[in-house]
Amino acid sequence: MGIHRRDFLKITAAGSLTAAFGGLGFDLRPAHAAAEVLKLKGTKQSTSICCYCSVGCGLIVSTAKDGAGRAVNVEGNPDHPINQGALCAKGASIWQLTENDRRSQKVLYRAPNSDKWEEKTWEWAIPEIAKRIKATRDAGFAEKNAKGETVNRCETIASVGSAALDNEECWVLQAFMRALGLTYIEHQARICHSSTVPALAESFGRGAMTNHWIDIGNADCVLIMGGNSAETHPVGFRWVVKAMEKGAKLIHVDPRFTRTSSKADIYARLRSGTDIAFLGGMIKYLLENDMFFKEYVTEYTNASFLVAPEFSFSEGLFSGFDPAARKYDKNKWAFVLDENGVPKRDLTLQDPRCVLSLLKAHYARYDLKTVSSVTGTPEDKLVEVYKTYGATAAAEKSGTILYAMGWTQHTVGVQNIRTMSMIQLLLGNIGVAGGGVNALRGESNVQGSTDQGLLFHILPGYLPTPRANQKAYADYLAGITPKSGDPKSLNWKQHQPKYMASLLKAMYQDVEPAAAYNWLPKLDAGQDASWLTLFDQMQKGKFKGFFAWGMNPAASGANSNKTRDALTKLDWMVNVNLFDNETGSFWKGPGMDPKKIKTEVFMLPACVSTEKEGSITNSGRWMQWRYQGPKPLGQSKPDGDIIYELFLAVREAYKKSKGAFPEPILGANIKDWGDGHVFEPHKVARMINGYYLKDVQGKGPDGADIVFKAGSQVTSFANLKDDGSTVSGDWVYCGSYTDPDPATGNKAARHSLEQTPEQAKIGLYPNWTWAWPLNRRVLYNRASVNAKGVPYQPQKPVMTWDEAGKKWVGDIPDGNGAPGAIHPFIMQQHGLGAIYGPGLNDGPFPEHYEPMEGPLAAHPFSKQRTNPAALIFPGEEANRSVADPNFPIVCTSIRVTEHWQTGLMTRWTPWLLEAEPQMFCEMSFDLAKERGIQNGDKVILKNKRGTLWAIAMVTNRMKPMTIMGKVTHQVAIPWHYGWVWPSDGGDSANLLVPSVGDANTGIPESKAFMVNLAKA
Amino acid sequence: MSGKSFFVDLTKCTACRGCQVACKQWKQLPAEKTRQLGSHQNPPDLSYTTIRLVRFMETGDGDAFSWLFFPEQCRHCVDAPCKMAAESSGNGDAILQDADTGAVIYTDKTSELDFDFIRSSCPYDIPRQDAATKRISKCDMCIDRVRGGMLPACVKSCPTGTMNFGDREDMLQLAGKRLAEVQKAKPKAKLVDMEQVRVIYLAEMEPKTYYKFMADAGGPRMYTRFAALNKFLGPLRQLRG
Repeated sequence: MGIHRRDFLKITAAGSLTAAFGGLGFDLRPAHAAAEVLKLKGTKQSTSICCYCSVGCGLIVSTAKDGAGRAVNVEGNPDHPINQGALCAKGASIWQLTENDRRSQKVLYRAPNSDKWEEKTWEWAIPEIAKRIKATRDAGFAEKNAKGETVNRCETIASVGSAALDNEECWVLQAFMRALGLTYIEHQARICHSSTVPALAESFGRGAMTNHWIDIGNADCVLIMGGNSAETHPVGFRWVVKAMEKGAKLIHVDPRFTRTSSKADIYARLRSGTDIAFLGGMIKYLLENDMFFKEYVTEYTNASFLVAPEFSFSEGLFSGFDPAARKYDKNKWAFVLDENGVPKRDLTLQDPRCVLSLLKAHYARYDLKTVSSVTGTPEDKLVEVYKTYGATAAAEKSGTILYAMGWTQHTVGVQNIRTMSMIQLLLGNIGVAGGGVNALRGESNVQGSTDQGLLFHILPGYLPTPRANQKAYADYLAGITPKSGDPKSLNWKQHQPKYMASLLKAMYQDVEPAAAYNWLPKLDAGQDASWLTLFDQMQKGKFKGFFAWGMNPAASGANSNKTRDALTKLDWMVNVNLFDNETGSFWKGPGMDPKKIKTEVFMLPACVSTEKEGSITNSGRWMQWRYQGPKPLGQSKPDGDIIYELFLAVREAYKKSKGAFPEPILGANIKDWGDGHVFEPHKVARMINGYYLKDVQGKGPDGADIVFKAGSQVTSFANLKDDGSTVSGDWVYCGSYTDPDPATGNKAARHSLEQTPEQAKIGLYPNWTWAWPLNRRVLYNRASVNAKGVPYQPQKPVMTWDEAGKKWVGDIPDGNGAPGAIHPFIMQQHGLGAIYGPGLNDGPFPEHYEPMEGPLAAHPFSKQRTNPAALIFPGEEANRSVADPNFPIVCTSIRVTEHWQTGLMTRWTPWLLEAEPQMFCEMSFDLAKERGIQNGDKVILKNKRGTLWAIAMVTNRMKPMTIMGKVTHQVAIPWHYGWVWPSDGGDSANLLVPSVGDANTGIPESKAFMVNLAKA
Repeated sequence: MSGKSFFVDLTKCTACRGCQVACKQWKQLPAEKTRQLGSHQNPPDLSYTTIRLVRFMETGDGDAFSWLFFPEQCRHCVDAPCKMAAESSGNGDAILQDADTGAVIYTDKTSELDFDFIRSSCPYDIPRQDAATKRISKCDMCIDRVRGGMLPACVKSCPTGTMNFGDREDMLQLAGKRLAEVQKAKPKAKLVDMEQVRVIYLAEMEPKTYYKFMADAGGPRMYTRFAALNKFLGPLRQLRG
């Protein structure tokens, strides 16, 4: 039993005053201090990591009764090099999240057509859910698809979640779901940063934030665009402030003047959804004014590659477009190859078919006047931004870009990020300290949950999910083994077969990889099972069963009315979460009649992150271990235990009675998940890292021959094998748990601030936790040095070649070999940064397209108004508004510091709700005047998809803009509210967001849509 | 006059409100039931249970627009008018000043004071009363933490370097250094009432632009409250001398 606040007050008030204040020499009886004096006495301190955004701030949790009681205080860990003790409003409130009597503490069950919850036990719920899983799976399992290809999949159950799980939990969840045969596996990453992954992977080779939080402090110029870092990543912004203290300029480009803008040297307003126009204008400006780093562009990017004559671009379309299929034939965008299959280059960058010449031609249309009329940004402001940021083209200067949902959540989300990636390559800002393209992730473990493959299209380690046309394992391997004839290209993805074999051994240890491959569920070739499609299919009745783990899709997904209606079509749903939420309770939500809704709901109470142990990965790829503070409250449990117990129960059910394709269920390598009863995060972490199944001959770190013993941990993914002799649940994490003993092997738990003087210059902290891959802190760091190994920025070197020792010092080099021996982008087939990106679905160069719903009837400078390859759903056009006088206002969804995501956790945290209690709508004085609205009035926002009330916040931070000569208003609404709690808080912004998605990833366009509004 | 002081560099504040919540967390102060009133500032004002509040103020327009943030708390006046007011009403134990730090601390005995008198004595309008117990409250400099070698909760939580705390000499030095830097771009920047208080704000604009009571200017007639108190309570202060 823990001490509750009231008891605590009594205890301390009684005995402690004299002792604590006696030393002051007089009797102090402060009104509030009475309770605090003993606060930390007798508590046990444990370290954890904040569960909100992905800065990854260190916490110290103080738990009463030497750890046996409840948490009494949670504050920042002063040793942690990122937050150094600091916390934002959300982080500072974690005590109240933990010790919160409104948390779900019991299993709840809602029977079909019932209007109430019933309390149940775990002992009842787990076998009941297992029974439903088995019945649904057995009835709906498909061994073959319509073409007769083997698919071994279950498309009658879908799962979403979760970035709120630890890495170890994510891994076992995907293994569980895939053993069942699920292909509809999605989570938060799809709807927050899915566009980041292909954009960065196409440009540089990996889909993750290139640098890390502390490194932002090394920048000479910080551009924040498509993001609001001061509010969404307040402690990450600490490092922006550090950069500014050293003289860096801060530029903020955003439709709204936010808390970030308040600190900026330059603030530029633009219309939501016009970032490519803005940045395309920057590319034109940089090229025309020779503001690019020529040596870098020539040597380290594909600017010199020659493009085949089939590539062309005209009136908004690239060559190869098939309008019926809404698809491009990407073969039309290929490079000219030499006899070895290596792209031909013109190192003078003069050839009219070289990438740089095509780039110039493509952006020739993006002149200041055009860009200004599209974006609404004044021309002089554009020039000011271009010039200031362009100054980082100097070899010794670096500029960094910080972005988030403002770029990702568009039908051109991937291309927004691509445009900036290209600019960073032109300026030589990739690989250097204070540079990079820094995708600011929004969930504490959304990097990890993506790494662990909780998405329909990837397995752990970014290995693509297999497709039905890849019949045999060899077919699959052929598809993941790129070839390069260039001796300087390491072409690292050629090693993927080793990672796949090791993954299959982690999932199914007792069979060989080729056999295990047959157990994996297969999607049809070209099939999309991403978020919007999943809920579209759910509304059409495709799924009987549904899991929502640590997610709240009824509020988080675009077009909430559609999502909520889709939930009514299910037979059963399992909702695992910390609090009651709009998803689990959808059957009693607005407009719902419980009597008519058949869906059974199991609400399973998960514990809070401070109550469990495991690792999470922050935005900067730091894998950080969290320890348990207090025990789980009430009957809540770690997600890992819930997953493990459910899978054990499903296995029992399949052992007891026959069912469809039991092999992957009974053959799963479950011995690495726990002790038979309890989930064991260390065991899973060791398996994710990987171990040897047999004695294997290899090379030690010194190059000498050694034998790696069966059962020992693999220390680097370079040692993984394609013959089934190694296990590794996720090759990207290989090197994170290198010895079975947690004290020496668990690198994510390392807390040493030790660094060399060189490393200290850039705040590398290589001994604090661990970063993937192989503890490399700055990705593509080979591009921070010239061909002789001399850093371009000697004052802040990421690494330097030590000629005497014949080795690199500083960061772990991203690719071994002497200076000049290899190309710097080792994950790329051709080894170079991609200014031209022929692998994306909507073109090798980004093009400005209007949002699907927008104020303009036509594209301002081409014949193609919207992204021709965007994800749309036939029949929904009628629910959208284009240049419609009934819905003339551009709306964007936003966030505030004090809430997080759908508000599921923060709305229940009184200190946060106090600060941001209700739905609001930010609008300009002009619009308010036009509509007769006063600040603080209740207003109704409306479009064809939904209606929403909000409190008007009338402010000079919002301004009408002149777009193509016409005054256009913009408003902004937070998406943190929902009808469940508080009762007067409002509902989700997603009620108004259309179901349209990016051409590459299907991320919904939550940041630009049309509404109307009036005083309520 | 040594002891401790805060230096609050408002040029760095992003209104993340880590301090506002960290204060409630450490002191276990309950949340208030609030409503959205057309501003991000909430609660709307200080109260008995909100002894630290980030105030939001928008000023100017277009390129001259500024969004100002003011994390407000008790200034721990070097010679605290509220303490003098309590002493003048014959209840010297109600408000104390810690000799080591200079922290001004309200005890349970504040319930015996005339609240209106205490509140009006404050140049910054800080004290607030609990309707039920009649006790008066405000920031106590996290005296328990400070005596235990910890930073006040608000300072510890601050991510941007806005909140600083330490020996008064060090804080004055830091404040002076930052003022000189900030004045290069913002010549109107100033350190607010530096001599009188232990919570020294570096404001980049006129203090009253942030909030009417940011600087000591709110006293009766032509006097600042400090001046007024010197006038009215002067004899008492000399007695204490």
